[in-house]
Amino acid sequence: MTVVLDVDWAIAWVRLTAVEVAARRDELVELDRQIGDGDHGENLDRGFRAVVARLDALEEPPTTVGEVLRLVATTVMSTVGGAAGALYGTAYLSASRVTAVPVLDSSGTVGLLEAALDGVVRRGKARVGEKTMVDAWSPAVEAARRAAGRAGLRPAELLVVAAEAAEAGAVATDPLMATKGRASYLGERSRGHRDPGAVSSALIVRAAASAAGVG
Amino acid sequence: MSDTGPGRAPDVALVLVTHSATLARGCAEVAEQMAPDVRILAVGGNPDGGIGTDTEAVRAALVQVIAEGLGAVVLTDLGSAVMAAELAVELLAPAAAARVRVVDGPFVEGAVAAAVAAQIGAALDEVAEAARGLAAVAPPPDGPASSPPDGPAVHSAAVTLRNPLGLHARPAAVLARMVAGFDAEVRVNGVNAASMLELMKLGASGGRELTVTATGPAAEQAVGAVVAAISAGFGEA
Repeated sequence: MTVVLDVDWAIAWVRLTAVEVAARRDELVELDRQIGDGDHGENLDRGFRAVVARLDALEEPPTTVGEVLRLVATTVMSTVGGAAGALYGTAYLSASRVTAVPVLDSSGTVGLLEAALDGVVRRGKARVGEKTMVDAWSPAVEAARRAAGRAGLRPAELLVVAAEAAEAGAVATDPLMATKGRASYLGERSRGHRDPGAVSSALIVRAAASAAGVG
Repeated sequence: MSDTGPGRAPDVALVLVTHSATLARGCAEVAEQMAPDVRILAVGGNPDGGIGTDTEAVRAALVQVIAEGLGAVVLTDLGSAVMAAELAVELLAPAAAARVRVVDGPFVEGAVAAAVAAQIGAALDEVAEAARGLAAVAPPPDGPASSPPDGPAVHSAAVTLRNPLGLHARPAAVLARMVAGFDAEVRVNGVNAASMLELMKLGASGGRELTVTATGPAAEQAVGAVVAAISAGFGEA
């Protein structure tokens, strides 16, 4: 079963992200403990719990996908804290600006992913290969773009393609040396560890596909 | 800057964004001592009071100073504080965002230099440059400082630094503020005396002889005031 990428999908995506972050909290904590300061899982969990609480408290249901994403942006930027809060805050904010519609079509779906990547790049000034979130978002965008050019794929199916690429991108950060972010202080010793930001980014894209009933 | 009367309030505020509330407050205290009339907001720590940054608190601080009619220069301590500050600016309306500069510079030195620049009436971009530790508050005249310019009379005097620590931050700030009050171009050992950072870079310690030169309508008075302040040891033992 696949669903259209409407406001209900967006809400389901956010709620599923919160569930997945909570379930994989310890994994993210451990990854971040190896090459960062160990708070990524805890911070994201706190942030998405706050997002769910704000969704639950809404009196009027959102009317566009962008409204849902903007709520995520403003919540994570003030509750996640640190670099992750600013990076995800910017990513969701950017995505919200291109999704002020009730339903996403194929180009709107690609546009959402592109805007999220743009936000992460603009805020973090990292490029592909520097062992960051960009290493998950960038292949996700490229894969979704290519898939959108092929006939017969629905918007929800683009998310599956994107999620697979993001997950592969996160795994591919293992041998990289970090040159941006906290892990860059470790230099060569950052090799052999998976980047926690790339892992959580892939988790978010996978949740988008799963919320559409296809991932 | 020459149109800035002594009674006019600075129109650039500083917003200090750090991972620790104590760090932001402490830096603000140091800067306020040098620049008592400058609005300085300290935004440190995460929303729970722990170590971290709070984008919403930065945004609120910017909204506040802009509502007061001020421009804002934002200084940050570490990487993610820069991101929080930039995101906070992105959340502002374009007209408000245009009155904010997020600066990546030395945190304490930059804050003090920016505060002194704001105190003496520098405009937004000049304060931002001072915060970056790159530029003097007023651009130095062309040509080597040792060759007196043609035309305007050069007033000059030699004076010995009396206070043991020499031209450290506080006396440098005192001098920079003092010379800004005169309609004159003042230099100490060839560097622009209106720039606190330039003065500090001289590394002049106690006992060293300094040469004060000035041009402009109030050159003579400026040299006299600077020499008097240095001779008095800036009130330091």
